[in-house]
Amino acid sequence: MSPAKIQSMPAAGEIALEADAVTKKFVAGKRVVHALREVSMQVRKGLVTGLIGPDGAGKTTLMRTAAGLLAPDNGKISVLGIDATRNSIEVQSTIGYMPQRFGLYEDLSVAENLDLYADLRGVPPHDRPDRYRELMSMTGLGPFTARLAGRLSGGMKQKLGLACTLVSPPRFLILDEPTVGVDPVSRRELWSIVYRLVREEGMSVLLSTAYLDEAERCDEVVVLHDGKVLGAGTPKSFSGPLEGRTWRVRVSSMKNRILQERLVGRPGVIDAVVQGEAVRLVMEDAEEEKATRLLSGMEGASITPVAPRFEDSFISLLRQKRPETPGSPPDAKKTAAGPEAMSGEMVIEVQDLQRRFGDFYAVKGVTFGVRKGEVFGLLGANGAGKSTTFRMLCGLLPPSGGSLSVAGVDLRRAAASARARIGYMSQKFSLYGNLSVRQNIEFFSSAYGLSGAGRKERIGWALEEFELQPLASATSADLPLGFKQRLAMACSLMHEPDIIFLDEPTSGVDPLARREFWRRIGSQAEEGVTVLVTTHFMEEAEYCDRIAIMAAGEILSIGSPSEIKSLARTPELPEPTLEDAFISLITGRSGEKAA
Amino acid sequence: MSGNLAGKTAKTGGGMRLKGLIRKEFLQVLRDPSSIAIAFLMPLLLLLLFGYGVSLDAENVPVALVAEQPNADTSSFVGAFRQSRYFSPVVMPGMREAVEALDSRRIDAIVHMRQDFSRRMRSADGAPVQVIVNGMDANNARLVQGYVEGVWATWLRGEALAAGRQLDIPVQVDERVWFNSELKSRNFIVPGLIAIIMTLIGALLTAMIMAREWERGTMEALMVTPVTIREVIVGKLVPYYILGMGGMTLSVAMAVGLFGVPLKGSIGVLFLTSSLFLLAALGMGLLISVIARNQFVAGQAAIIATFLPAFILSGFLFDISSMPAPVQVITHAVAARYFIEILQTLFLAGNVWPVIVPNAAALLLMAAFFLGVARKKSRKRLD
Repeated sequence: MSPAKIQSMPAAGEIALEADAVTKKFVAGKRVVHALREVSMQVRKGLVTGLIGPDGAGKTTLMRTAAGLLAPDNGKISVLGIDATRNSIEVQSTIGYMPQRFGLYEDLSVAENLDLYADLRGVPPHDRPDRYRELMSMTGLGPFTARLAGRLSGGMKQKLGLACTLVSPPRFLILDEPTVGVDPVSRRELWSIVYRLVREEGMSVLLSTAYLDEAERCDEVVVLHDGKVLGAGTPKSFSGPLEGRTWRVRVSSMKNRILQERLVGRPGVIDAVVQGEAVRLVMEDAEEEKATRLLSGMEGASITPVAPRFEDSFISLLRQKRPETPGSPPDAKKTAAGPEAMSGEMVIEVQDLQRRFGDFYAVKGVTFGVRKGEVFGLLGANGAGKSTTFRMLCGLLPPSGGSLSVAGVDLRRAAASARARIGYMSQKFSLYGNLSVRQNIEFFSSAYGLSGAGRKERIGWALEEFELQPLASATSADLPLGFKQRLAMACSLMHEPDIIFLDEPTSGVDPLARREFWRRIGSQAEEGVTVLVTTHFMEEAEYCDRIAIMAAGEILSIGSPSEIKSLARTPELPEPTLEDAFISLITGRSGEKAA
Repeated sequence: MSGNLAGKTAKTGGGMRLKGLIRKEFLQVLRDPSSIAIAFLMPLLLLLLFGYGVSLDAENVPVALVAEQPNADTSSFVGAFRQSRYFSPVVMPGMREAVEALDSRRIDAIVHMRQDFSRRMRSADGAPVQVIVNGMDANNARLVQGYVEGVWATWLRGEALAAGRQLDIPVQVDERVWFNSELKSRNFIVPGLIAIIMTLIGALLTAMIMAREWERGTMEALMVTPVTIREVIVGKLVPYYILGMGGMTLSVAMAVGLFGVPLKGSIGVLFLTSSLFLLAALGMGLLISVIARNQFVAGQAAIIATFLPAFILSGFLFDISSMPAPVQVITHAVAARYFIEILQTLFLAGNVWPVIVPNAAALLLMAAFFLGVARKKSRKRLD
């Protein structure tokens, strides 16, 4: 049943990396973090192996141990037959390793970075011109050799980082989250480079990612969660057991978000998420009858089988450890009534909004409107201008041009009165780490001007609604990421705002916590709260009512997820993903410019 | 097979790797305004500030002269004060006015000549002069007191010679100042400043630059290449050694050229002892960065552990022998103390080996200790 057992044993000569019961813990003050708990895994030669898991799963620790940068407390790890802990220098001269944030010297130029790594890796001077030419044409950095690395875009930095690890062709390549926060076009280019290296140069690659959709691009996958290996094998071996258990469900008389709430936590249901215009349903077993029975009594229900994807299996693996709590879905009475949110008034109106920093336009001429009760997503890579737009909408940053009104208030004139009606949850959850959960809630409630009985009532609501009661006296810095996120959201809702702004709220949080979080967002929206959210997870954009795709400070397209996906529909690609749409929008735009 | 090959490249590529690291470091210094500020601007500023601004000498001290019974003797004594460049005297009719002037800080001292001034100056039982000094600034008070005594002694001797008889002065002080005969404080402050500047570059800048590499994640990328930790350390030491020696050369040139401080010892010895001190400072900087991998903490630690002691506990501004005994013991752990002694000797007295050799030995010991510990503590590991 569990794909963890599917791992086949390759012949001994074929193994590029082998970890044997590797354990590593870190001590920070009183806290002990178990980064790796008896991790055993293998990476086979000539393949791309993905190391998949949320933040804090132990991916980076495992990679650093493989590169000889950390010594395990217990167990053994060897790379290409060499003990990575004892003979670290030998391992380091045969592998390439790209750390997170790419390890570039930002005040050196592209060429100087390459020279440095060529020196460090002992590339003979007469071999360099050819190698550089090859790398530059592979990464498309040729025209930028004189530019300082700090002035490159995220995607270009990623490629330069990769080029630096490749100056002396390594036999084994370790890439730590090379695609996180990078735009989808650059992500796709990186993947094609990686596959060229593997297919043409016979390199072996271990690559970590927090994006579950990237798992399907790997030859083999190792799933890491909470310092333990949850499973290993080909992506097919993960999704195979789910064959016949995944469905697309639509009920014409019901909004998707409500349908999802009806399905989540029902017997036999593993997962139910909104996916564009339908709800994706994952069942415990492959009996169609069980799935259809769930829909009995719903008017206009239709159910069609769909192919399982990696994310479905990851969720079902996690569910075995942590069964779904039916939770407290949004008030059944309220949702049944189903306020026709979409037809509501405009609460946010943005016209030709601009923000300039020096001679750099972070946001150039953005126009959109958001209705009451809508979940509106801003989707884009790091540096696309999402956070800057957000800060202007919250009145934290004055715009350089254009107009914007939030809750009927012109933010350029009366930021303070608008701010009383909005809630803001920033990236990294600005909480006071050394205060307890309750103290944080108390602080934010007084910061928003609550007092007396009203304050008491709201504090009680926050602890109950977000299921924080059992943790009320825990120090917030020690909470798992998912709980921090919950607490941060509770704090931003203390004053019952009409509009909430969530800036990358799910970054690094594991998929179960993310689902839970999105259900809360959904229930807020159903109660009439307007939600604006930024994300760089493509699949999360599907949970929004409407999304705006941003790149380089501009909005490329606005619409419902299915509208946007349909832009990329071609005979060859009948079922495009949001990422396909994103890429076709970006390439379409650059084509336009060239013309 | 592959292991052997890799081992070989790790051994043979050392020169190339080191060259690459050093070149990178220089490029970074040139492009980083904050490094340039610490390496060149700060030394310049300190030299100008201390060279021109700070003087520990008392000159033109306003002093009140009060003679209860003015006569030829007292006016001759007043004349002696007028001639001294240390004083600008004011003659006052009575003590009341003088005390008032002292209270309002218009004058720093009162020289009170009593009624029996003429008689007592010719007898053997001591001084008929009362000196009242404003003791608020103790250092200044001591200086003024000393100067007044000097004027008194010189004048008395002159009087005696003029009268053609020997005076009955119990102890006759015959003062001669060696090595800094003009007693210019600038002459010992400016050489001492060289130690401060080298501490700045050697410890503060180095600690911060290393911490920056940790902070920005570049150290991690360096560590996974086949460099050895020794190469990483040497790759940092060489550029900042050169930068530190550059700072030293700049300071010496300004000291001699701009402030006219004599350099009596040999440049070779200066160079050698400076190197020893710089190595000790670099060792401290490296050690701090091994412990603090964050620029803010590294900067604070370097200022508290190296820069401030070099300022306060090294004898640069405050005389060590007049410090309380426990503090004097502590000063032995301050590398700058030894170097400042060498510097002041080299500049003002010359190659005085009995001073230079023990102090240089102490520096050598400290350099070996700090570099050794820094080397031992830094491993090619992230944990």
